[in-house]
Amino acid sequence: MSQTPIIDSLNADFAGLTTSEFRGQTRIVVARDQLHDVLRTLRDEHGFDMLIDITCVDYLNYRDATERFGLVYLLARSDDMRRLTIRVMLSEPDLSVPTVTDLWSGADWTEREVWDMFGITFDGHPDLRRILMPEEFTAHPLRKDYPLQGRGERHNFPVLTREDG
Amino acid sequence: MALEQSGSNPSIEVPENIVISKLDELASWGRKNSLWPMPFATACCGIELMATGASRHDLARFGAEVFRFSPRQCDLMIVAGRVVMKMLPVLQRIWQQMHEPKWCISMGACASTGGVFDTYCVVQGIDRFIPVDMYVPGCPPRPEQLIQAIIDLQDQIQTEGTVTGREFNTRERQEPKRALVELPILGQPYQQS
Repeated sequence: MSQTPIIDSLNADFAGLTTSEFRGQTRIVVARDQLHDVLRTLRDEHGFDMLIDITCVDYLNYRDATERFGLVYLLARSDDMRRLTIRVMLSEPDLSVPTVTDLWSGADWTEREVWDMFGITFDGHPDLRRILMPEEFTAHPLRKDYPLQGRGERHNFPVLTREDG
Repeated sequence: MALEQSGSNPSIEVPENIVISKLDELASWGRKNSLWPMPFATACCGIELMATGASRHDLARFGAEVFRFSPRQCDLMIVAGRVVMKMLPVLQRIWQQMHEPKWCISMGACASTGGVFDTYCVVQGIDRFIPVDMYVPGCPPRPEQLIQAIIDLQDQIQTEGTVTGREFNTRERQEPKRALVELPILGQPYQQS
C-alpha cells in the first residue's frame, strides 16, 4: 500500500527525511530534533491516531551501522489501518528524545520499557521509572554489550534455610 | 488396663481395639495424608499442576487436593515454573509466611535448575535460595510424575517426621544444596559489578 501522498506532504514540510519501502511497508528516518514535529503532523494532519508500539534496536557491532540505536515508532491509522514506521537513529552519549506522551497517552508504558531495556531517556515523560526490571537494577539488559547471563544480579538474594522459618 | 508382672519385664495387656504407636508416627501419618498445597505456578508446569488436581488424575486420592491460595493455610509449596529475580523475593516471602511443618516440591526443570532460561533475569534453581524437599524432572512433568513426587514426599514424612519437627533441624538439611557459583560468561572474564 503506497503512502506516496503522505510522504510528499511530509517532504514539503520537513527537510532531510529518508524514506524507504520494503514489501509495502514504508519507513521514514527522521532526525532527532524533527521527531516530535513529524509525529504531531502525522497524527493531526494525516490521521495516524494510533501508536502501536515504541521499540528500539541496538546496532552495536552490526555491519555497516554508523549509529548505535535505532528508535522505532510504529504508527497506524484506524480508518484504513495503514501503517507507518518512523525511525530515529541515536548514538551515545546523547540518548535522549522528546516524549510523545502528550500526543498518545499510550506511549507512557512503552517509553518506560524502552528506557528500562535500552537506557534511552524521554525528556518530559511524566513518570520515567523501570517497568520490567526491579527498581534497584542498574543496567539496561537488552543492550548488546550486556552479558546474556547478567552480571551476578541473579545471585544477590538472601538464602533461606529451614532455621529462618 | 491390667498391669501384670511376668518375670522381670513388665508387660501390658492390651485390649483388641487398641493400637500402640509412637506419637511421632501418629503425627506424621496425619500430616502426610492431608498435605495442603500452595500452588506457586508461574509457567506451563502450572497447567500440569492444575491437571493433577483435576478429576482425571484426581490428587484427592492422596489427600492433597485442597489447593489454598493463602500461604498461611498451606504446608506444601509446589513451585511450578521458572522464577525470575523480580519474583524471588515474593517466593521467599510466601515461603516464610507458611506455617511449620512445611515442605517444598520443585516441579519441572525450570524451578529446579533454571532450565533453558540461562538469562540475566531467571533464577537458576530455587534450591539456591529456599530449601527444597523433592524435585520433579520434566519439561513439564506429567501429572503422574507430580503424583509420584507427592507419594515419595509422603513416605519421607512418614519415615522421618517427628512431632516437634526435629528432622528439619538436622545439619544436612540446612546446608545449601549447591554452591552459588556464577558461570563464566563466554568470551569475557566474570566481574561482579
